[in-house]
Amino acid sequence: MTDATAQTQAARPPRNQWWDVWDQFKTHKGAMAGLIFFIFIIAAVYLGPYLWKIDPTYIDIRARNKGPSLAHPFGADQLGRDILARMLKGGQTSISVGLTAMGLSLVLGTFVGVLAGYWKRLDGLLMRFTDLFLALPLLPLLLVIIMLFRDPLRAMFGLETGIFVLIVFVIGITSWMQTARIVRGDVLALKEREYVLAARSIGTPSRRVVLRHILPNIMSPIMVSATLGIANAIITESALSFLGLGFPPDFPTWGRLLFDAKDMIQQYPERVIWPGLAISLTVLAVNYIGDGLRDALDPRIRGR
Amino acid sequence: MLNYTIRRLLISIPTLLFISLVIFLLLDLAPGDPMSSIPLTVPPEVKEKMREALGLGEPVHIRFLNWLYQFFVVEPQVAWDHLFGTDFAEGKQRIISFQSRSPVMTVVAERMPQTLWVVGLSYVIGILIALPIGIISAYKQYSWFDQIGTFISMIGFSIPTFFSGVLLIVVFSVILQWFPSIYDTTHTVTDWGSFWYQVKQMIMPVSVLALYNAAQISRFMRASMLDNLNQDYVRTARAKGMSEKVVVLSHVLRNSMIPVVTVIALGVPTIFGGAIITEQVFQVNGLGQMLITAIYASDAPMVQTLTFIFAVLIVLFNLIADILYGILDPRIRYD
Repeated sequence: MTDATAQTQAARPPRNQWWDVWDQFKTHKGAMAGLIFFIFIIAAVYLGPYLWKIDPTYIDIRARNKGPSLAHPFGADQLGRDILARMLKGGQTSISVGLTAMGLSLVLGTFVGVLAGYWKRLDGLLMRFTDLFLALPLLPLLLVIIMLFRDPLRAMFGLETGIFVLIVFVIGITSWMQTARIVRGDVLALKEREYVLAARSIGTPSRRVVLRHILPNIMSPIMVSATLGIANAIITESALSFLGLGFPPDFPTWGRLLFDAKDMIQQYPERVIWPGLAISLTVLAVNYIGDGLRDALDPRIRGR
Repeated sequence: MLNYTIRRLLISIPTLLFISLVIFLLLDLAPGDPMSSIPLTVPPEVKEKMREALGLGEPVHIRFLNWLYQFFVVEPQVAWDHLFGTDFAEGKQRIISFQSRSPVMTVVAERMPQTLWVVGLSYVIGILIALPIGIISAYKQYSWFDQIGTFISMIGFSIPTFFSGVLLIVVFSVILQWFPSIYDTTHTVTDWGSFWYQVKQMIMPVSVLALYNAAQISRFMRASMLDNLNQDYVRTARAKGMSEKVVVLSHVLRNSMIPVVTVIALGVPTIFGGAIITEQVFQVNGLGQMLITAIYASDAPMVQTLTFIFAVLIVLFNLIADILYGILDPRIRYD
């Protein structure tokens, strides 16, 4: 696009495809509620610790097992640590794991999908590879890998970063396959379009065809699988923590808090409810966003 | 079709071999040593002997081939002997667990019924709930039934089983005290009283898994019905004067079941994975719990065998799903 056309377009009200998508997205009530809730949760876990200044690892032995009070709105745990502060810190870790693992799996999935879809020579090999990954029993393997590499990585990156890198990496490399398949299918279809032919006939190198012409047009399936990826990563991380193979006890995540509270379920059932509710509501919100996005991005449904 | 099946079966052999190699190499890297629980007073020579007795002295490739031989030759022979009273496997080395020093397959056979009961029953119940909900939701799209149905399935889909399980324990075991929170696998059914106890202890684990499965399948069922309800053949059927019941239940339903059946087949291996968590919540000592304890105890033969069994299930049910698709939908031609 030349500068002249860009200027004439700028004179008109800026209205591209994404504004239409947004208009459509707004009509989906569940998705809007989900989006608002998700933004609220993100704001709470990242900004909350600046407002609620109690250290989540501070042990106040006199507040041990106290119920909800003004000083501790969610009560305190068996060591007297403030549960609200721990929930905020735990949410920060859980959401960070979810977002980074989703990013990693998207990059991997898109990369493999574009390579397989655009270059015919790589297609057979890469798709075999994807099928192979799909046939792996993921949860058992995740558990085994974490058992194996927990200590070496901890030694390399430090306690918290080591396990964070490990969990993000492990979730990322075991969840890219669906994205790769969807992206490959879309690239195969787009490759035959006239504009790609036109771009190639004026001598655009393959790399630029992919980056400029193909990638922007497969954004919608990628965005939908991004939302599913966040939900999946949050659930997997919590499941690993719940099985006792996630983060160490000093670094709370929502799954870990649930795991710790499970032993005292007879005496303090409410401690199980908070982290569980946080995980479930966040995943529910993200799934609703995904639903709304899918409806908004599907031109067959739009305008109905 | 037969050609296709045979080709797929042949392809699955290298796939499975590769997967077993990956699992084996991963476990071989494990820092956890099965000898670590042996007291330090035991002299090193004796320790070396013990390692050899466990088969750890050999190089990696020999151990891998050994395991393959034991899994694919010896264990089937043992099963055959057990069924028909022959003695093919007489004196051959079986896969031995490091923890219990007993054959892995025996332990698997002991644990299998618990897992199958809980998982299998919950899957069947989940399907039975999901299909009617999906059908009615799609037929009355945007009605209050559809709104509530999709909302509940969204919730069931989003709540992880480890939270719904714990939630049920809080409500029904801690507060109401209706059901036991721990699944007692030694319990045997002898009369009505013990049968009732068995039902009571199964209700919670089964309903947790059933809710999760039902949520996923009903979403698929609804989407698939919606795809078909607007097709031309449905209008034709109505124009011919067929009753709504016939149109929906025999025309639309049969066509929409095609993808749903494959989704159901594909879901079978994943529910075994999901059962790992549910078994942990309710302390059912099935296969999943066995896997977790084996991982903690770095019991390599047990983890290797169990993980491989999961992989076989996945490959097998993928194949079944693809073949079913071909059989149910004559438009699909694989050859």
